[in-house]
Amino acid sequence: MNAAPPLTGVEVMAEPIITVEGLERDFAEIKALRGISLSLRPGRALALVGESGSGKSTCARIIARLDAPTAGAMMFRGKSMTEPCTAAEDKAFRRAIQMVFQDPFASLNPAFTVRHHLARPLALHGHARGKAELEQRVSALLVDVGLDPDLTAHKFPHELSGGQRQRVNIARALAVEPEVLVADEPTSMLDVSIRLGILELLARIKRERQLALLYITHDIATAAHVAEEVVVLFAGQMVEWGSTMEVIRNPRHLYTQLLLSAVPDPDQRFVPGESAQFLGHAEEVRRLSRPASRTIEQVGPNHFVRALGET
Amino acid sequence: MIGPLLEVKNLSVDYLLDDGAFRAVKNVSFEIGRGEFFGLAGESGCGKSTIAYAITRLSKPPAWIAGGEIRLDGQDLLKLPEPALQQVRWRRVGMVFQSAMNSLNPLMRVEAQFYDVLRRHTGAGRSQARARAEEMFKLVGIPTHRLTDYPHQFSGGMRQRIVIAICLALDPELIIMDEPTTALDVVVQREILQQVIDLQRARGFSVLFITHDLHLMAQLCHRIGIMLRGELVEVGDVRQISTAPVHDYTRKLWSSVPLLPPRDSMREAIA
Repeated sequence: MNAAPPLTGVEVMAEPIITVEGLERDFAEIKALRGISLSLRPGRALALVGESGSGKSTCARIIARLDAPTAGAMMFRGKSMTEPCTAAEDKAFRRAIQMVFQDPFASLNPAFTVRHHLARPLALHGHARGKAELEQRVSALLVDVGLDPDLTAHKFPHELSGGQRQRVNIARALAVEPEVLVADEPTSMLDVSIRLGILELLARIKRERQLALLYITHDIATAAHVAEEVVVLFAGQMVEWGSTMEVIRNPRHLYTQLLLSAVPDPDQRFVPGESAQFLGHAEEVRRLSRPASRTIEQVGPNHFVRALGET
Repeated sequence: MIGPLLEVKNLSVDYLLDDGAFRAVKNVSFEIGRGEFFGLAGESGCGKSTIAYAITRLSKPPAWIAGGEIRLDGQDLLKLPEPALQQVRWRRVGMVFQSAMNSLNPLMRVEAQFYDVLRRHTGAGRSQARARAEEMFKLVGIPTHRLTDYPHQFSGGMRQRIVIAICLALDPELIIMDEPTTALDVVVQREILQQVIDLQRARGFSVLFITHDLHLMAQLCHRIGIMLRGELVEVGDVRQISTAPVHDYTRKLWSSVPLLPPRDSMREAIA
């Protein structure tokens, strides 16, 4: 197996809530994940960055147990989650880990009010009893995600903007009082101008509630706003990982460098006649980055890079 | 003197609601020159897409063009009878939307979709359409043998390039691109847009580029217009909008983009 060393920080950190090791996922002949190893710790955020098809959402789905790995181990509080578990263990796990999805429009039921979306998980998981307590908890959740309960609780999803809907989705996830939040591209369908607000909200609830946050994105610039650590995924392999600042400031893998160079930069005008060169370069980087490789180099206290495999 | 390719004059668009009309576009005027890359920036709901639809008169009820003129080469598109307009739409003004990659017919091979468009608008036969499709595939960097594939066999980025290729096959004078790469990752976005810049240079079409990402817009556009709640609050060349924005909202839009932290070794690493 092709297991990378798990992420280790320099500072002493809390015990991980979830650890995956050597995760593999095959879809027929396609190897969607190859040797993914990472840990999620309370109060810390890990960003999983990659292009579409890189396996980042597959990884998120496996961690949220919406999909099963082909091989590899997954531990939840030291207990293996890849082996069959009791119904009680399964429920505890589902309560502990919640997901926020990319599409804020599709993840709310158009036939129900915001209040219903929040009251239901609260009641189901026994976090609130009686009408008064339920109402009070719904209001508290809405305030926590920056919405005014008097203006929002009675509204239907179509009456809210995309950003407001995503806030409701986050509140819905928080209602269960999870320990881990998996956010799969939570801002990519939102306007640039409201992305920062959502990112700041995620960073704040992570800090205040000591949540372990797995933040999935194709936009490495947003990763720097929420996550202390980043994993760059390409073709199902972790190509570079470690402290977000180190990886962004000193990218060592060809693919990470390509990714960072493509982040829109207003000071760099596109020049006509360069497309063949850029396309050729991007294709070459992809070709070189695709083959499997087991050689991992530690290039900083918390900064690892995978060597290129044989093409 | 040759005038601008597109002139939008005092355009107003309403959405008719139960309790009256909501004016989504308020008295907006701008021009796009020949071969110009013009950007329209603003948050969702500011009316920028409403303008895009209004230009080709594709606004669907309850949207209603309340007034103004949209002149293509001096001819007011808003006064054109429908059959004449059909000669303009796609033929002279092409469109690429954010979800364009999902607008390909999943049941038809890509080649057949080229044929469909070319036959409808130019009366081309099968072999002519095939030749044109091959030419367009080469232009957007997709191997021509893949013309016989179905849309699901391509990645999202490739599907978006195919839509651009179909659009270019008719050699339009103006292409409206409404968030054409927002759903794609930055590398694919850059690949597509650098190609668009090259193609634009080679073929001389004008572009109306709509996005909320000012950073991206500054890399591409010659001039930029900023929309706020249905009004065009500032128009200027890219340098002025980037370095000396006049309107408060333009400054706010600039500061709202999640940025990378300062990079030190990165530029050298890439160079």
